[in-house]
Amino acid sequence: MADLQSQDYIRRSATTMTPPSIRDHEQEVAKLIDVSRCIGCKACQSACMEWNNLRPEMGYFEGSYDNPLDLGPSAWTVMRFTEWEDEKGNLEWLIRKDGCMHCEDPGCLKACPSPGAIVQYANGIVDFISENCIGCGYCVKGCPFDIPRISPVDHKSYKCTLCSDRVDVGLEPACVKACPTGAIMFGSKTDMTTWAGERIEDLKERGFANAGLYDPQGVGGTHVMYVLHHADKPSIYAGLPDKPHISVFVTLWKGLYKPLALAGIAATVLAGFFHWVVAGPNEVQPEDDVAAQNLLHPTDEPR
Amino acid sequence: MTRPRETLTRNTTAARINHWITGGCFVLLLLSGLSMFHPLLFFLSELFGGGQWTRAIHPWIGIVLLVSYAGLIVQFWRDNFPSWDDLKWLLAIRRVLVNEEEGVPEVARFNAGQKFVFWSMALLVPVLFASGIVIWDVYFSPYTTIEQQRIAVLIHGLAATAAIIVWITHVYAAIWVRGSVRAMTQGYVTPGWAWRHHRKWLRRLVATGSPGPRPRA
Repeated sequence: MADLQSQDYIRRSATTMTPPSIRDHEQEVAKLIDVSRCIGCKACQSACMEWNNLRPEMGYFEGSYDNPLDLGPSAWTVMRFTEWEDEKGNLEWLIRKDGCMHCEDPGCLKACPSPGAIVQYANGIVDFISENCIGCGYCVKGCPFDIPRISPVDHKSYKCTLCSDRVDVGLEPACVKACPTGAIMFGSKTDMTTWAGERIEDLKERGFANAGLYDPQGVGGTHVMYVLHHADKPSIYAGLPDKPHISVFVTLWKGLYKPLALAGIAATVLAGFFHWVVAGPNEVQPEDDVAAQNLLHPTDEPR
Repeated sequence: MTRPRETLTRNTTAARINHWITGGCFVLLLLSGLSMFHPLLFFLSELFGGGQWTRAIHPWIGIVLLVSYAGLIVQFWRDNFPSWDDLKWLLAIRRVLVNEEEGVPEVARFNAGQKFVFWSMALLVPVLFASGIVIWDVYFSPYTTIEQQRIAVLIHGLAATAAIIVWITHVYAAIWVRGSVRAMTQGYVTPGWAWRHHRKWLRRLVATGSPGPRPRA
């Protein structure tokens, strides 16, 4: 895939120049996951595995509906089930489809040290170009959502591609196609935001006063959005971050520190060079040799 | 090896081998580490067979360096023990920097600058090792939280830059003070060199009749 011309990059990892970006007349896309409509059937998980030819290793039953228990190099999306009691003591079964959020400002891409291993297309999709991946795990540190997983077999990092190959040719992602309740929608980000607005109105009328859209601005918004019935507390949905943002440690490391460190190293080299030019080498003088000989042979006549 | 008469052993063969293993590892770590630090230097990863190889080999070289530097600590810590004379020497550093060492307090085997290099690395190498283990993703990622790894990778970068700056100083000083490189390649210095740069060391060797590197007990 990477051999095909893309020419619509808006971001490319470890790249200081503007990547090929001339074909930018594209709408930003978004996947909208309406948590309130999800029935937890896992058709999206199956569709993801089928389209992407992924077969995670068979796991064990751990007393939870989550299956597999976590995302993995070959499990790019996982339904996370939470039993939650509201203030009145009513039980709610919260089901959230977890996976890459396709951040507008992707922490993985910011942290990646390998040129072109992570790219963002003009439509907003964040994609891993695996042949450039060096398996360092920096994307894991950059991600505010704990999404990328590194394969112990090929030492490459993997995550949801938002079916960039399908979207490229005008198809919706596989999970969207498979969803039987319409809980997963796909389209332009503006359309999805409008649709979510209508849906949120519905939910509010039905008593979910805090229903809202999860499109966190801490990462510049995301190209995977949730409609949550309790948008005031996203973390009840199996730890969805309340206010996700790229860690300050990553920002320091990849922002201010990177040029500063190189400048410091260069300055030290220059200081050495100019010391050489100004002061020059420190060489042993004949009088040093004489003095040393006098010390070694104190009984000799002074030379 | 041809070695003129009356020269003094500055570094034993074991110390020199130990030093160059450390130095070789440091250079390899610097090249591979910088390639993963700044995009402009990513091309350095080609020296190691590409990005995957660089990522895989860097920590192993680090382990060799840790062990090797431990050897240097064992061999050199006594002569690097700080003393009050170091302070006096530092107060006269302006004269040292312009090659006017006459009148500067006499120096034993190592001056305060050399001691600084030694102890800086004695601190930075373990810091780099500990933070490096945390971000050695292949084997150790399950044992720490992602937040801990973020902190470790920042510390690793900070400590690495500090170590590189110390290393540049070390290399430049060896080039600047003529005769120092031979002291670490062939192992010897002339009495005149010792008189000029490490007079207290020379006096002790002469007083105990030692050929170096340490005075006879």
